Amino acid sequence: MNHTLWMRSLLAACVAVLLLFPLAGSVYYTQLFTKIMMLSIFAMSLDLLVGYTGLVSLGHAAFFGLAGYVLALMSPQYAAANLLTTLPAALAASALVALAIGLLVLRTSGIYFIMVTLAFAQMLYYLFHDTKLGGGSDGIYIYVKPALSIWGWVPFTLESKVVLYYFTLALMLAVYALLRAVLRSTFGRALQGIKANEQRMRSLGFATFRYKLAAFVLAGTLAGLSGYLAAMQFGFVNPEILSWHQSGNVLMMVILGGMGSLAGPVLGAFAFTLLQDLFESLTKHWQLLLGGFIVLVVLVLPRGLFGLFEYLATLRGRRRGHDD
Amino acid sequence: MDFYSFLIQLLNAVQYGLLLFLLASGLTLIFGIMGIINLAHGSFYMIGAYLAFSLTALTGNLWTAILLGLPLSVVFGVVLEWLLMRRLYARDHLDQVLLTYGLILVFEEMRSVVWGNDVHSVPIPKLVDFSIPLTENLSYQAYRLVISAVCLVIAGAMYWLIQRTRLGMMIRAGASNREMAQSLGINVRLLFSLVFALGVALAAFAGMLAAPVSAVFPNMGGHILIICFVVVVIGGIGSVRGAMVAALMIGLADTFGKVLLPEAAGIAVYLLMALVLLWRPQGLFGRQ
Amino acid sequence: MDQNKPAQRRNFLKELAALGGAAAAGSLLPSLAHAQAAKLRIGLMLPYTGGYAPLGVAITNGFKLAITESGGKLGGREIEYFTVDDESDPAKGPENANKLVQRDKVDVLVGTVHSGVVMGMVKVVRDSGTLLVIPNAGAAAATGAMCAPNIFRTSFSNWQTTYPMGKVAYDKGHRTAVTLTHKYAAGDEMIGGFKEAFEKAGGKVVKEMSLPFPGVEFQAFITEIAALKPDAVFVFFAGAFAVKFVKDYAAAGLKDKIPLYGPGFLTDGTLEAQGDAAQGLLTTLHYGDGIDTPRNKAFRLAYDKMFKLQPDVYAVQGYDAGLLLASGLNATKGDVANKAALIGAMEKATIDSPRGKWTLSKSHNPVQDIYLRQVVGNENKVIGVAWKALADPALGCKM
Repeated sequence: MNHTLWMRSLLAACVAVLLLFPLAGSVYYTQLFTKIMMLSIFAMSLDLLVGYTGLVSLGHAAFFGLAGYVLALMSPQYAAANLLTTLPAALAASALVALAIGLLVLRTSGIYFIMVTLAFAQMLYYLFHDTKLGGGSDGIYIYVKPALSIWGWVPFTLESKVVLYYFTLALMLAVYALLRAVLRSTFGRALQGIKANEQRMRSLGFATFRYKLAAFVLAGTLAGLSGYLAAMQFGFVNPEILSWHQSGNVLMMVILGGMGSLAGPVLGAFAFTLLQDLFESLTKHWQLLLGGFIVLVVLVLPRGLFGLFEYLATLRGRRRGHDD
Repeated sequence: MDFYSFLIQLLNAVQYGLLLFLLASGLTLIFGIMGIINLAHGSFYMIGAYLAFSLTALTGNLWTAILLGLPLSVVFGVVLEWLLMRRLYARDHLDQVLLTYGLILVFEEMRSVVWGNDVHSVPIPKLVDFSIPLTENLSYQAYRLVISAVCLVIAGAMYWLIQRTRLGMMIRAGASNREMAQSLGINVRLLFSLVFALGVALAAFAGMLAAPVSAVFPNMGGHILIICFVVVVIGGIGSVRGAMVAALMIGLADTFGKVLLPEAAGIAVYLLMALVLLWRPQGLFGRQ
Repeated sequence: MDQNKPAQRRNFLKELAALGGAAAAGSLLPSLAHAQAAKLRIGLMLPYTGGYAPLGVAITNGFKLAITESGGKLGGREIEYFTVDDESDPAKGPENANKLVQRDKVDVLVGTVHSGVVMGMVKVVRDSGTLLVIPNAGAAAATGAMCAPNIFRTSFSNWQTTYPMGKVAYDKGHRTAVTLTHKYAAGDEMIGGFKEAFEKAGGKVVKEMSLPFPGVEFQAFITEIAALKPDAVFVFFAGAFAVKFVKDYAAAGLKDKIPLYGPGFLTDGTLEAQGDAAQGLLTTLHYGDGIDTPRNKAFRLAYDKMFKLQPDVYAVQGYDAGLLLASGLNATKGDVANKAALIGAMEKATIDSPRGKWTLSKSHNPVQDIYLRQVVGNENKVIGVAWKALADPALGCKM
């Protein structure tokens, strides 16, 4: 069996597992996996920035949280908001704010860039925390999930946990496909060129600022998608969804999984969330375990779990005698 | 706002700014000279405060506590540098961010294991435990003036160290060009350890000094950490002078912001940073 | 393309790993579910880490003491506890409550301390119908706009603890007041209670100040207070914030010039840290350590014996939650399936609490006496009853 066919079958098998999971798993785990898939979208969007464009953003949660707040603010108190109006609004808000912030932060690089992205996310945090804009530190509850209503016809309700699961799965696969396509395009290759050596790209005539800005906006918009979904799942937004802990966690997922691979962040999201769940059940001092784990991963697995699998794959390849 | 209210706010702003300076100067040196970004800096502040609490309870006196606590913090810093930080010098910023982020979680939880989650207070040293009356209703805590005075002394000492000593010369050389400094024979390894230990000591000292007025409680390092970063970004990475100017600016913006526009006060600091970055992306005194 | 093959292989391996790991985890975990139908499943969702951890522990202790005194059983059934540390984090509130309700399938949910977190719990139990007993969080909505037959509270509503102080302050001769608190629902409700009574009696709150939670820089506000020169100052802070504020207030020299008032949270569990700065402070609360009744004395003795600690208001609230569940479950002989019967029994209960006997209002909030206390030494001495049998108005409750 040649490699491509083998790999395609593996992929199909994995998707099949995810497709069949709700039939085997309990309601609680269906919900958990839904949450993880939403975080996978968040992580993939950050990977576009960190793994492919070389922009380390410590403020990515700003777009995640903003979209959630847009949904909360647009949702009527006891009725369902319309998905077809609120989702585009949330995405547009994330995109616009990403554009505004990007125009400012992309003037810097290195440590400054990290700090400035953090600072702008903090600014949004305090905006929602200190002002009357969004219920302050108490947050806002979304009592009814938005409904997909096409002129009154509701094909399925997202209140059902299983439906929400498949809805999220479909979106996650769509985002993956979209990002793969983008990365294969000239635009995507230019981004990777910028990560490798921005000076060289500029000397080749690329207006790198514009490329970086476009990547920043795309990443922000996709983060908004995941934030919208997350707000919808548990029906609560508060400033903490914009906090730097949220930004730090998603960055951790990208690194843990292995950045620059798109599917890595998905693995990272699963691993990180499940590990956190595991640690929480082990001890009340779970943050000690989590922190220690993060330190260990950075020291020992610089290329994440992917680096590990890559290493195993190369071993396998060498044993078979194939060299691609 | 009448004169005495204004005076009190001004004194508070300066005191806050000077404390920030202690924290931020260590951070900017670590950034500038070692080139590593350390998110766990706020944890050193927290450790200092908790050490002050325990040691004051043990010895009965804050000054003794500081005399004991400071060497302990330095040792801690040296060990941490040798154990972990050293491995980060060659790594990129992303790894540094994540590793030090993990360290924050570890330190906070260790603090919870060792000291628990209660709120503690540290008594002000008896000698300076009085208030200076200003008006019939208002008085100002003398200890706060002591804090400001001590911070100024330290600022002066740092100035002398950096501008007037060999070590300071090496620090300045390392900050402007690490490779060059190394090729000129400066023992960069030792320099890094010293700088890191200095940074930790400054942060811990700030925590010890501030403990009587800020109380000692869980997660106290978190908020001040980000403000510190803002100070460093505004002041310019590697510039102690920049840290002083920026820290005072932020002290003023934050304190007066809270009085005049309480809702916008939290955002004010970041807006300030955004403006500075628009104008001078490398910070006020940063190197281009 | 040949160049892509290693990359493709890597990618697919990664996908496999991601999904394989997910499947493995997913298939393993549900099988760990417990299958014991006879035991009563009680879910405790409280803070066991963070600033409110001592409160979570006190509530748990009080609850378990009540269960022990009830023979270790409720309604004749043995109890299985499921615990979740909510870390006082509102963002994870609905999720944490969901863990207990969906994953552990608890029969009764008990929690929590933080008002922001409890609203998440309220949201989850309104959907699932699970019985919820709140042993602290005073958010008005829980027994107000979001009230429900399956939601009970054994502590207080924020308004209840501060309303009586408004009258007390007026009766002391104060006519103007300034208030300060953190800007969040609990703070707003606390101040609202005081303001309502104070202004109803004829006083005037000349300025209401607030700072974002969890700020501790009070200097600006203290200076403002001194400049305004009101007759009295009323604040709401708890825990670390209460410690700092009271100390800052005294250090600024205002303690003896402009009297400070607040609900009992200002001085509960904080006296050791506050020291001299708190001496003489008057507060109102539905409990006081020194309540001179045999019931309270017996409770304090039993608690001290079992936990080697002195109980506080939080322990009493947890204890009363146990008493309430006991009375309900004993009446239905342990049956939780018949919700209507259980709820009916609980509604009729008179709780013989260390704070004094109390009953439930229609919205399931305690109707109780509010005591006036003064700080003397290391104790909140009860010097009188500020309001007898005070009921929360339960605005917006449709029960």
